Amino acid sequence: MDAEPPAIELRGVTRYFGERSALRDVSVRVAPGATLAVLGRNGAGKSTLLRILATLLRPHAGDVIVFGEPLPRRAFAVRGELGLLAHEPLLYRELTGRENLEYHARLHGVAHERVQEVLEAVAMERRAGDPVRLLSRGMVQRIAIARAVLHAPRLLLLDEPRANLDPSAAELVEPLIGRASGCTRVLTSHDPGAALAEADLVLALKDGRAVFAGDPNAFGEAQVRELYA
Amino acid sequence: MRTALVVLRKDLRVEARTLETVPAMVLLALVTFVIFHFALDRDTIEGQLAAGVLTATLLFAAMLGINRLFVAEREQGGFDAFLLAPVDRTALLIAKAAALFIYLAVLEVIAVPAFGLLLLGSSLGHALPGMILILVLADLGLAVIGTLVSAIAVHTRARDLIGPVIGLPLLLPALIATARAIGPLLRAAHPATAPPGRWLAVLALYDLVFALIAYGVFDFLLED
Repeated sequence: MDAEPPAIELRGVTRYFGERSALRDVSVRVAPGATLAVLGRNGAGKSTLLRILATLLRPHAGDVIVFGEPLPRRAFAVRGELGLLAHEPLLYRELTGRENLEYHARLHGVAHERVQEVLEAVAMERRAGDPVRLLSRGMVQRIAIARAVLHAPRLLLLDEPRANLDPSAAELVEPLIGRASGCTRVLTSHDPGAALAEADLVLALKDGRAVFAGDPNAFGEAQVRELYA
Repeated sequence: MRTALVVLRKDLRVEARTLETVPAMVLLALVTFVIFHFALDRDTIEGQLAAGVLTATLLFAAMLGINRLFVAEREQGGFDAFLLAPVDRTALLIAKAAALFIYLAVLEVIAVPAFGLLLLGSSLGHALPGMILILVLADLGLAVIGTLVSAIAVHTRARDLIGPVIGLPLLLPALIATARAIGPLLRAAHPATAPPGRWLAVLALYDLVFALIAYGVFDFLLED
């Protein structure tokens, strides 16, 4: 099992925004199909880490390897394998949900039928003809989830994936973004209990530094409290 | 090219729904013609003055379009969505330049006849074929440089300022060539039947050089 190459390998990843370091010397390995929960307070570096993995940001130091491809040099090779669910839904407000998904399907070279498939999976087929600006936040999040999984990525980068979803909607999207998806997942959450429950690995960030990286069972309540103190 | 068409179609659809860019460009051009009409205190203008008024007005109207070219990408995450797709980034340059070219063409279809009515005494008919050729070449340059400038400006905090500050000096040679090429067509006495080849060549060369520069640097502008 140890011989299996990791889906994600970070070695000493550092990223600055001006003088401020958003990530400092972060290292972690994630096995294929595993779930990494990234925990930390606002501004700890969680979203920065996701954007680096999504090839949208360059690290200023360290190595980022996704599916064996070093980033950002080989970003083109892994882009089709990534599904990013960010804070922003990455949807055009004036276009309908269906038009947005058709746009993304064409960019990713995905068959037209897949759009209907993911709309049904998030139970949005009836409101798919409405402009995104007219949808509730929860509905927008469901369309955003449909967009993130449209091209059947192998790696899901999920920034607060269940934000704005009611319990039934959260259950509905579980097969798409939950463990059942079979994807390698990196997720951030402000609800450490929920994140720890579905994680195989935890990366706790404080001011951009990794203060813990390992088994979620070894990350106790006291450490959680200290992280968010 | 297929990706560029996908992005272009999306841009035109968004513009058709919002009507945020082209109507503003047209309105600015029409208001500017009215201002010139009264400010110059002349019923008609001709020759190089008329060409200068037309070209400068179109340029300022174009700046509105240039400033708004990447607004949806910036505000609604379109940049990230595009960058996450396994596609050639040059497609975004081609699509945005094509969208701006179409906006300029729509602007001119309305603004040039309005210019004729408000500021030219004589009919535009004889000058129109030559003007169309000149404006197509000018619009190509505006579209390419405008896209480049807009892509630079959109990543800055002072984006509304950066667009004109960088764009206007870069567009000055095209403005001069366009005005000089149109001027002889708008002379009241003995108007030229065809635009001067020298200025057409300058415009074409300018378009080619900036198209190559844009192709070479656009990828880097999309990097963080």
